[in-house]
Amino acid sequence: MLRHLTTTILGQRLRSAVGGDVLRRMYHERVVDHYNNPRNVGSFDKNDPNVGTGLVGAPACGDVMKLQIRVDEESGKIVDACFKTFGCGSAIASSSVATEWVKGKPMEEVLSIKNTEIAKHLSLPPVKLHCSMLAEDAIKAAVKDYEAKRSKSNGSQDAEPLGKAADA
Amino acid sequence: MASKLLANAVRRKLCKPTGAPFRRHPFSTAAAVAAAEPLEEESSGISMKGVKISGRPLYLDMQATSPVDPRVLDAMLPYYLSRYGNPHSRTHLYGWESERAVESARAQISALINASPKEIIFTSGATESNNISIKGVMHFYRDKKRHVITTQTEHKCVLDSCRHLQQEGFDITYLPVKQDGLVDLETLRASIRPDTGLVSVMMVNNEIGVIQPMEEIGKICKEFNVPFHTDAAQALGKIPIDVDKMNISLMSLSGHKIYGPKGIGALYMRRRPRIRVEPQMNGGGQERGIRSGTVPTPLVVGFGAACELAMKEMEYDEKRIRELQERLLNGIRGKLEGVVVNGSEESRYAGNLNISFAFVEGESLLMGLKEVAVSSGSACTSASLEPSYVLRALGVEEDMAHTSIRYGIGRFTTEEEIDRAVELTVKQVEKLREMSPLYEMYKDGIDIKSIQWAQH
Repeated sequence: MLRHLTTTILGQRLRSAVGGDVLRRMYHERVVDHYNNPRNVGSFDKNDPNVGTGLVGAPACGDVMKLQIRVDEESGKIVDACFKTFGCGSAIASSSVATEWVKGKPMEEVLSIKNTEIAKHLSLPPVKLHCSMLAEDAIKAAVKDYEAKRSKSNGSQDAEPLGKAADA
Repeated sequence: MASKLLANAVRRKLCKPTGAPFRRHPFSTAAAVAAAEPLEEESSGISMKGVKISGRPLYLDMQATSPVDPRVLDAMLPYYLSRYGNPHSRTHLYGWESERAVESARAQISALINASPKEIIFTSGATESNNISIKGVMHFYRDKKRHVITTQTEHKCVLDSCRHLQQEGFDITYLPVKQDGLVDLETLRASIRPDTGLVSVMMVNNEIGVIQPMEEIGKICKEFNVPFHTDAAQALGKIPIDVDKMNISLMSLSGHKIYGPKGIGALYMRRRPRIRVEPQMNGGGQERGIRSGTVPTPLVVGFGAACELAMKEMEYDEKRIRELQERLLNGIRGKLEGVVVNGSEESRYAGNLNISFAFVEGESLLMGLKEVAVSSGSACTSASLEPSYVLRALGVEEDMAHTSIRYGIGRFTTEEEIDRAVELTVKQVEKLREMSPLYEMYKDGIDIKSIQWAQH
């Protein structure tokens, strides 16, 4: 009879172990999900002043990511994002996750998105970590491109106040 | 006594049907499995490794392995169930009948390649035969011959054996191949040295399916009196092989590529002029001392039956497979642009079609083609980030090398399977091209090669 008791307890413990296994299999399901139903695939107009474009990677390595963000001028928040990726399933999933996470956030905050967070969300195996790295680089490149565009167009206006401050 | 009370109390609590579902206690693990199955069958389809598919995938990976022909299985079964003797047992009927089956299979295999049964040695597969040929020959002639010539597109086991010899101090020449995958005969002729002990060129490449010019290479080797070894694992039973016409000294054969069982292969070793090897498996001296170990009778009988079937049906299979290959290629080319066939289109085995799709990456395509079992020569599918060495040897551009898919068509492939494969491939490629920045750039007219990529 004690055996019955112990098997009951053990059964519950086994179930939690199995639960762990199911979680481990689920990681791949997230990547598969992003692949089958990619979010935010598309393109914005590159010449639009509110759009920043980040193009990273190289065909020789087998991964190219293009991430575009549309920024609201006054609030500095990213209102929309889209991506296009040439790469394996993990690369597509990483960039898709990246576009999801940057939407609605201010630009400074998205710079702090780390590749390890993306990798953990998708449970990427070590051999695929470079895909998440590329996604992080793509976000940074898109932000940098937007800033460069803005400073070029505001370049003339910014110079005057700086000059005045220096004089005073 | 106390434990019994405790157990009873617990049991009462657990087994009371207070709205909780009735708990079954199976008497054995088999019963538990049987009890669990009906629930899983309700959800249709198969779920494995996080991927859900509605049924078993279409098998289009014949270069990896092939299904066993039912007639081969029929021939093998008696040797598992009733005639199970060891062919080397000389003292009783079980041994004699087993030996007779082995010798008859040997004759069936040798008939397919126009050799004598005395020249066939059974091994565990083409990999073992390749190892015996390369290492065995060079070790035997190590005093006089120190040089081996092979190609860059050989199977990994050949390249690894050569690397092993290199570490022992031999010289190896890895011949480059032309863009269509064929060996340049003049380069081969120029590389032969007085101390060349072996030339090894595979007959049909497993990745791209090109057929090397065997008779010409055989002629060159005869001229310089160098032994000629070929890995014919993919070629046996698919294209006509004649060891005399091609002047082959050693040939590796595999069972599971011609609808035979896995785990068996053979090595053809010419007797006139005799080629000698140093055995890699030492033991009781079976198989003329070249390969010790009990010869697995059922596997050998299966291999022999498969060879006999191949001899009878080679022509019919070839015609049918060629039609299916054309159907596949025209179906894909009709709906997609940017489709490149890797390797020579003329000198090619029809059942192997290796295609690259521009602007699409191989592993992502494979991920979407889960209902079709195919293989890829792309980087992501191997552990390293390097694309397939065979495609690189062909001079395929890096970005195209990442996008190749290999379709293998065989005896049991049907037209419906080909049509469905075309449909799925076209759908996935179009979807991935929509997602691809390179395709977008191509459509906008930007030259991709001119862009300075930022490495990370």
